[in-house]
Amino acid sequence: SRELFVITYGALVAQLCKDYEKDEDVNTCLDRMGYGIGVRLIDDFLARSAVKKCRSYSETADMIAQVAFKMYLGVTPSVSCSSAAGNEFSLILDKNPLVDFVEELPAERASLCYCNLLCGVIRGALEMVHLAAEVTFLQDRLKGDAVTEIGITFLRKAEDRKQKRN
Amino acid sequence: MAIFSVYVVNKAGGLIYQLDHYAPRADTEKTFSFPLDLVLRPHDERVVVAFGQRDGIRVGHAVLAINGAEVNGRFTADGKDVLEFLSNPANYPVSIRFGRHRLSSNEKLMLASMFHSLFAIGSQLSPEVGSSGIEMLETDTFKLHCFQTLTGIKFVVLADPRQAGIDALLRKIYEIYSDFALKNPFYSLEMPIRCELFDQNLKLALEVAEKAGPFGPGS
Repeated sequence: SRELFVITYGALVAQLCKDYEKDEDVNTCLDRMGYGIGVRLIDDFLARSAVKKCRSYSETADMIAQVAFKMYLGVTPSVSCSSAAGNEFSLILDKNPLVDFVEELPAERASLCYCNLLCGVIRGALEMVHLAAEVTFLQDRLKGDAVTEIGITFLRKAEDRKQKRN
Repeated sequence: MAIFSVYVVNKAGGLIYQLDHYAPRADTEKTFSFPLDLVLRPHDERVVVAFGQRDGIRVGHAVLAINGAEVNGRFTADGKDVLEFLSNPANYPVSIRFGRHRLSSNEKLMLASMFHSLFAIGSQLSPEVGSSGIEMLETDTFKLHCFQTLTGIKFVVLADPRQAGIDALLRKIYEIYSDFALKNPFYSLEMPIRCELFDQNLKLALEVAEKAGPFGPGS
C-alpha cells in the first residue's frame, strides 16, 4: 500500500499544478495540507512510539529522523547540525519514497517543491508540542541537487512553556 | 463495574469527552409519615440527607422525587419549597425517592476545568523541574488516574482503587483517540468528540481492562 500512497500523492500534486498557475501557490497549498496532517499525526506518533519528552533541539531532530521518518516513510535520514547556535538542523534523505515514480520536474514547474507536504507535516507536528520551527527544502534531488535536504530551524521557545507544559 | 468514568480534557482545560461506565445506582423510594426521621438540609441546588441514614437511604443522597413527581432542585414540581412542604404535617403520608445525584453536564465541565487548573498548580509546586503533574488522586472509594500527553491533552480515568492496569489503559485510550478522533477528517481539534467509532472502541477497551485487572465487587 506504500505504492498507492505514493501514487495518490503524485495525483494530488498533479491536480494542484492544474489548479494553480504559480509554483509558490502550489508549494503553499502543499505546506498547508501538510500542516493539517502534522497537527494530527503528532498524537499518533506519540501514542505509538511512547517516546519521552525531548530535552533539546538536537534530540528532537534525531527523534524526527530516526523514529518518525522510519515509522511513516520507512527511511532514516541523517541529521546534521548546521548552526553554532544549535537551532538549525538538516535532514539528509538519500532515499525519498515519495518521488519513486518521478524522474524530474517539468520545465515550467522548476521551482515546485514536490515534497513540500513533508515540510508542513514536520512544522505542524512540532507546533503541537510547543516548538515553533521553520521547515524548508534546502536541496532537492528533483531539481538537480545531489541529495534531498530538509532544513529545520527552531524559532524562539514558546512563551508559555514554563506555565502550562509538563 | 470497576472503571467508573473517563474524561478527556483539551489543552485549554475544556472537557471534550466524557463517558460514565458504572451501573446506575439504585434509587430508594419510601413512604413516610410525620414527623420525618431523616434530617434534610439544602445543599447547592438540592435537598440532601444530612443525618438519619437507614434502609438504603444514605447521607448525601438527594431528594429526587416527591409522590412520584420529580423535584426541580429545591422546589417540588408545583413550585413549592421542598423543606416547607415536608415540614407541614398536612402533606403526610408522603412518598419520597432518594438517590445519588448524578452530575449534570455543566457540573462535569466545571469540574474538568478545575482539575485542569489543579493539574497546572500541581506541576508548578513540584520541587523538581519538569515534573509530570498530577498522575493519581486517591480516595477510599475511587482512584483518579490522569495522563497528560506531550501535546497537552489530558486523559482522566476514575476507577475502583483495586483496579490494576490503568496506566496501560490510559495509553490505549490515547491510541484510540489518535486513531478515531484525530484521523477523522471531520473532527476539529480541541472540539467535543462526537465520533461513534471512538465511543465503541473506548467501551471495548474499558471492558478489556476490567476483565484483565483484579477487581473486587464494584458498586
